[in-house]
Amino acid sequence: MAKAHVTTTVNGDPVEFLCDAEQTLLDVLRDELYLTGSKEGCGSGDCGACSVIVDDRLVCACLMLGVEAEGHSIETIEGMANGDQLHPLQTKFLEHAALQCGVCTPGILVAAKSLLERNPDPTEIEVRYWLAGNLCRCTGYDKIVRAVLDTAQEMRGG
Amino acid sequence: MAATSNGKANGATRWIGTRPVRPDGVDKVTGRARFGADVHLPNMLVGKVLRSPHAHARIRSIDASAALALPGVKTVTTRDDFNDLSSEFVPAGEMLVNYRDVVRNVMAREKALFEGHPVAAVAAVSEKVAREALALIDVDYEVLPHVLDVVDAMAPDAPLLHEDMITAGVEPTPTKPSNIAKVVEFKLGDVAEGFAEADIVIEREFSTQPVHQGYIEPHSCIANYSEDGQAELWCTTQGHFVVRGHCAKLLGMDVSKLRVTASEIGGGFGGKTVVYLEPVALMLSRKSGQPVKMTMSREEVFRASGPAAGTRVWVKIGMTNDGRITAGEAVLKYQAGAFQGSPVQPGCMCAFAPYDLNHVKVVGYDVLVNRPKVAAYRAPGAPQSEFAVESVVDELAKRIGMDPVELRLKNAAKQGTKAAYGPTFGPVGLVETLEEAKAHEHYRAPLKEGQGRGVASGFWFNIGGETCATLNLGEDGTIALVAGTPDIGGSRASLCLQAAETLGVDVERIRPLIGDTSTLGYTFLTGGSRTAFASGMAVVEAGKDMIRQLCERAAKVWDIPVDAVEWADGEARPAGSNAGEFDPLSLADLARLAGKTGGPFVGRAQINAQGAGPSFGTHIVDVDVDRETGRVTIERYTVIQDAGTAVHPSYVEGQLQGGAVQGIGWALNEEYIYDDKGRLQNPGFLDYRIPVCSDVPMIDTVIVEVPNPTHPYGVRGVGETPIVPPMAAIANAVEDALGMRFMDLPMSPPRVLKALEDARIAEAA
Repeated sequence: MAKAHVTTTVNGDPVEFLCDAEQTLLDVLRDELYLTGSKEGCGSGDCGACSVIVDDRLVCACLMLGVEAEGHSIETIEGMANGDQLHPLQTKFLEHAALQCGVCTPGILVAAKSLLERNPDPTEIEVRYWLAGNLCRCTGYDKIVRAVLDTAQEMRGG
Repeated sequence: MAATSNGKANGATRWIGTRPVRPDGVDKVTGRARFGADVHLPNMLVGKVLRSPHAHARIRSIDASAALALPGVKTVTTRDDFNDLSSEFVPAGEMLVNYRDVVRNVMAREKALFEGHPVAAVAAVSEKVAREALALIDVDYEVLPHVLDVVDAMAPDAPLLHEDMITAGVEPTPTKPSNIAKVVEFKLGDVAEGFAEADIVIEREFSTQPVHQGYIEPHSCIANYSEDGQAELWCTTQGHFVVRGHCAKLLGMDVSKLRVTASEIGGGFGGKTVVYLEPVALMLSRKSGQPVKMTMSREEVFRASGPAAGTRVWVKIGMTNDGRITAGEAVLKYQAGAFQGSPVQPGCMCAFAPYDLNHVKVVGYDVLVNRPKVAAYRAPGAPQSEFAVESVVDELAKRIGMDPVELRLKNAAKQGTKAAYGPTFGPVGLVETLEEAKAHEHYRAPLKEGQGRGVASGFWFNIGGETCATLNLGEDGTIALVAGTPDIGGSRASLCLQAAETLGVDVERIRPLIGDTSTLGYTFLTGGSRTAFASGMAVVEAGKDMIRQLCERAAKVWDIPVDAVEWADGEARPAGSNAGEFDPLSLADLARLAGKTGGPFVGRAQINAQGAGPSFGTHIVDVDVDRETGRVTIERYTVIQDAGTAVHPSYVEGQLQGGAVQGIGWALNEEYIYDDKGRLQNPGFLDYRIPVCSDVPMIDTVIVEVPNPTHPYGVRGVGETPIVPPMAAIANAVEDALGMRFMDLPMSPPRVLKALEDARIAEAA
């Protein structure tokens, strides 16, 4: 079957790609566009390592088809820093040592950014439930939650 | 966060005990870090594995002709491509592997021994074509009866996995084969005498289910084999030198012809100390003449990579009425999976290690079952045996009305204690962790109605081993640090701190790299909590080597004897006024002068690190049990552990927190569930539920520092001990809340609910 031609926006840039009908958005990001910051931990939407933002909505890129990206705007971890300026969440994750192996980190950062855009002043419980779809096996989540709460406070100007 | 150390227990240090941003940090928060599956090579093929759908089956024949005829399929590999290997045990982490078994685990030979066992593999131009090809391979199986449980597998009429398996370690040598690969025994004193001294004796039986390490990054590699017999391999592993050795053996290569690069590693916990895909990818690349990339799906990770052993453990402990433990005895039966080599031996050795006892006997059985071959998982073998012992100790404390921390203090192993497994402990920190627990606000905090509190201690040996490190001084006085232990949780930061401390230079001037197998001498894997200790020791030695060279050059510049030069605060100085009046020469000064004074500076170390200090920890946990649903909620958790010296305290805390939460998963939810055909029913994160963020509270940490005298800065490994105490601590807390002791893990909602309902029925009757 012929590949589909898809026109979309990735991290603010216009992007065109060809993909098979069964390729997921994650396959396309990683294998066609070489944006390997989004990780495949499960391929079934259970681990959140492939979290991306599609038109302001947090989704698992492994649960969306590449062809469904047509006409939409996709934000990945590669677009999170602004030039050489890290996003405050990225800085706080480093300061708090909120990562060990780091493979879940891109997905967690994307998910946390999505949270803070909706709720600039989350409680610990809200952070924990928002991030419940992002598995981390190394940290026990403690430093991740602290880093998100600290970022929220700083971004609120506190 | 609870009080944590500044890591300066061993005197004034400038860098040890500080918390700089890790050197690989920015790469990891921007998505730039390259993990196993993040690399693409030109002309690359995709490899996929065909796996046995049967738990136990003889493989009569394999016909791949239809697969090979499919356009886009480049090659197929099966058992026929791998030479058989004779029995030879080699170290892998804290465990041993046997090459006769490794070659069979990588690709089934005579029989498929578990569901998911590789039977063939395909390399094709795309994953889609590779998957289509797998469906075209015709395997003729003779399905055999299977066995999953250790007790069933030990029965005289059990189906045999290996028809020639004769139990080792028993006298006289058995004449008939069985599924018991090995029996091990550790004895101290005479348990009969010890039990005779006891006023109270409690014996209990426990069971634990296989659990998976659950690293978020699946196994992945790219092999690129060239026509001249050389190959490069990129893979996610805890030990690329070990991968090189295993792959070279399986492919009949010289190790010098195989260059292995460790990618960034997305978690391992022991599970990435062995090879699965790597030899297969090399074989497919050899046969196709193209690079081959292979990545496991999550389902394959669950079905075919190493879980931790499921176990049956029997424990008997005797005690006097005033709380002195007089004897401990245990029988451990551990699932090895399809090939021998469960961690039953370390399980035996750790079982009673937290106690200073005169009479101990532990017997362990290594038992084959039709499940994936177990792999190391964080303190392999210890969580299962110590769960049982720490549960019985708690029951003994309740029986005499003694505080469980007091009971442990009364019997705690300490410096001079002769452990049942042989050695006499040097300085160890168990008593200190127990004292911290007793004094901790958590231990005294009031509990809410229906909640319970539990404590437990845990032990792990830690290891050293063969390790190299290099420090390359750049012409501007900055340093490239090359280590051979893959960085799984921040060890590059810790190694840079140790180098900075030794050289007296700013840690920011040292940039680390994990070298490939051709850039450094043989270095054993990241495992056994050895990296901060052993690679740290190597880095310190390499630093001292560089300082010797720097002092020699300064002596040359100043034209004074080398012993009249000292190195302090990152510069060479005349050692006292008799040496002469010279301005100090900094690292940068000497680097600039290198060409004129004798050439470049390279500090090297190649050591076999000895004297890893064991680490003890004590955990306190509060639980709430929902009587309607059976769900156990962790309300509060405190980890107290001896780190020797915390080099980068944030990453020590991270190890304590992460280990505790893995233990919470093991205690409350995680288990492999099989159907009656021996097929795994929950090979995904939805049904094999590891703790998620909303399942757990903050994990408080207290770092105790009892320096390890054999390490220059007092470092002990910290990574493994934290997974040992949680299961017993939580079971003890649940008992405190419900008055019911759970001896079978996990304490999942259905199991807890059933126990509550059974109790209601019993009460009503």
